[in-house]
Amino acid sequence: MTCEELKKISAEKADLINVRRIVREQAEKLAANTGYRKQVLVCGGTGCTSSNSLKVIQQLEESFKELGIDDVIIVKTGCFGLCALGPIMIVYPEGAFYSQMTPEHVKTVAEKHLIKGGEIVKELLYADTVHKDGSVIPFAEIPFYKHQMRIALRNCGVIAAESIEEAIAAGDYSALVKVLTEMTPDDVVAEIKASGLRGRGGAGFPTGLKWQFTKEAAGDVKYVCCNADEGDPGAFMDRSVLEGDPHTVLEAMTIAGYTVGANEGYIYVRAEYPIAVQRLNIAIKQAREYGLLGKNILGSGFDFDIHIRLGAGAFVCGEETALMASIEGKRGEPRPRPPFSAQCGLFKKPTVLNNVETWANIAPIILKGSKWFSSIGTEKSKGTKVFAVGGKIHNVGLVEVPMGTPLKTIIYDIGGGIPGGKRFKAAQTGGPSGGCIPATHIDIAMDFDNLVAIGSMMGSGGLIVMDEETCMVDIAKFYLEFTADESCGKCAPCRIGTKRLLDLLTKITEGKGEPEDLDKIMKLAKHMKSSSLCALGQSAPNPILSAMEHFGDEYMKHIYAKQCPSGVCKSLLNYYIDADKCRGCTLCKRNCPANAISGDVKSPHVIDKTKCIKCGQCIAHCRFGAINKK
Amino acid sequence: MAQNLFEGTEKQMADLLRCIDEHKGEAGALMPVLHEAQDIYGYLPAEVQTVIADGLGLPLAEVYGVATFYSQFSLTPKGKHRISVCLGTACYVKGSDKILEAIEKELRVSCGENTPDNKFSIESCRCVGACGLAPVMIVDGEVYGKLTAKEVPAILDKYMKD
Repeated sequence: MTCEELKKISAEKADLINVRRIVREQAEKLAANTGYRKQVLVCGGTGCTSSNSLKVIQQLEESFKELGIDDVIIVKTGCFGLCALGPIMIVYPEGAFYSQMTPEHVKTVAEKHLIKGGEIVKELLYADTVHKDGSVIPFAEIPFYKHQMRIALRNCGVIAAESIEEAIAAGDYSALVKVLTEMTPDDVVAEIKASGLRGRGGAGFPTGLKWQFTKEAAGDVKYVCCNADEGDPGAFMDRSVLEGDPHTVLEAMTIAGYTVGANEGYIYVRAEYPIAVQRLNIAIKQAREYGLLGKNILGSGFDFDIHIRLGAGAFVCGEETALMASIEGKRGEPRPRPPFSAQCGLFKKPTVLNNVETWANIAPIILKGSKWFSSIGTEKSKGTKVFAVGGKIHNVGLVEVPMGTPLKTIIYDIGGGIPGGKRFKAAQTGGPSGGCIPATHIDIAMDFDNLVAIGSMMGSGGLIVMDEETCMVDIAKFYLEFTADESCGKCAPCRIGTKRLLDLLTKITEGKGEPEDLDKIMKLAKHMKSSSLCALGQSAPNPILSAMEHFGDEYMKHIYAKQCPSGVCKSLLNYYIDADKCRGCTLCKRNCPANAISGDVKSPHVIDKTKCIKCGQCIAHCRFGAINKK
Repeated sequence: MAQNLFEGTEKQMADLLRCIDEHKGEAGALMPVLHEAQDIYGYLPAEVQTVIADGLGLPLAEVYGVATFYSQFSLTPKGKHRISVCLGTACYVKGSDKILEAIEKELRVSCGENTPDNKFSIESCRCVGACGLAPVMIVDGEVYGKLTAKEVPAILDKYMKD
């Protein structure tokens, strides 16, 4: 394929994509050029697929057949971001946002809305998109989307994820054209450096510098790698990019190949992401067919190809040297640095490794320029950041905001607040390597340096919201269980340290904690941070340290008063029967496996604390809500 | 281990040899071969590892070392129905530990084990990315979301019957 042919595809299909991107009135005019009266976009990301979006597509096809609709196109896209409301279906040119669709709902929409002269079925729209007076609000203007700015996710939920032509029409590969025809490798490095882009995988290392080091490294054979081993539990930003816009990653890796002088690239992706792997495979095959990967790309004389390698469930493989060992077919164990990957990486050759979200930012920087990119964000953190917002929050999903956006905006304006009227307690960022942000810091501007300053870190972008029912000791223990389990065992500080930290935390949650345990934790944490081989061990103590800093009183209560204020740690809870509510039905007594409950029929029962094993069976069986724990 | 005597079919062996042949000579061939071998056999018994080691010209110790390093590779067979409970953070704060407890209670085996009739195996996993539906469990690839412990017996019942 030549650059001209690529531009032709882009021009031919441009209106099809534009209908999905502009305001309703203009979109309705444009729709006439596309050959389709309407377009129905259905989310085919993991979240919506899990809530049965494929059945939505099936039902649409059946209804179209029955109703004789042949001028409406069905587009299976990547993630729209609002995963909690899946399956989601958007109808253009109106921009009608239907949520939680069942096959029955789809039938109704097809019969009443999608047929010629049909009207939007307001009852089935996402409630936030219907104004009190009954008018429909464009979904881009509802709070969830209004505060967002989509750069990395620009095409996710907009294009058919398995169509290279739609990707091209949406702008993919035009940055590659620009690089191959107008820019030298030095120009590219200068542009990326000037943009201020920092790695989105966690550490925040300047991307331009990484490319420069690899470019300057001596050697004929070099590699480009993509870290798609998104192991942080609760994070799914990278997966969504791969599922929604896989070509942007291929394009950016090709640009990096041209820049650093590499002809081969590897994408290391979690095997737990079957849809992402499948879409990547399709995308690579298409790119090869269109001559966008392989020999002599776009007639430039530059050769580049990409291979996929699957992970196999090892968190440590998100660390760069471990990831490369795994691609080489070895145990995914990290090695000491230096030498750094830029000099001696994959197969001992100079290698540039970036994370998926970082790759997704490259094309916009090339096309719109470093000035534009660096105008977004804060002084030292440029651009946007994608967060996977989960836990105790209304709008669980994927959110992209400019760096420096206050946490409050993310939780309350975009996230819709905490369900059940509960109080916000803390948000955890950076997963098992990060820390928590307490309610007192809710106004914090979210960027790399502010988070580090309060003892947390940006990490890859998982943001778990916790309410008053979450125990901070228990959650620290949860993370330590994770790191102890995932420690590869190569170095002693991490292998033994994580296990000992976990022992100490378990002791505290079981009510056996002693005051000196806190000192032991601090000491051990210090040693692990300074002497572990890789970031897994170095950062494993972070969740405890940050919880101790911000929620020290909770630790004290567990240790001195043997109480768990959030009512989570089983061993610290006492069960008791409210004599006023108990009717003496004997159900709890009969179901108690420890024979700890006594009492006569029709008179209040009592629990013998010395016998009670705190299994909770009595609460589960009581019909009168008479049994409590505290 | 007596009940786990390895029995493979000729077709499985032919598939394995073809896969080894396809990847032979490729840089870092071991991981893709182990993945495919596990797809073919459902697990990686010593016999299969030996064939892979011979085929790729690697020491058996190295194959074993890699196979045991990664949690997705299993050296023992799994149950007919594979239950996986997500213990990722988003699911955990929404009580997925209670879902796991309910399954363990219902099937009377612990996480990481098979039921005596090999009908079910229970495992935990960390984040399948369906955080919007937390807490979730996966049975044979099908995702059950927004679960409560009370719904568990009815779901397992469906699989008990066949």
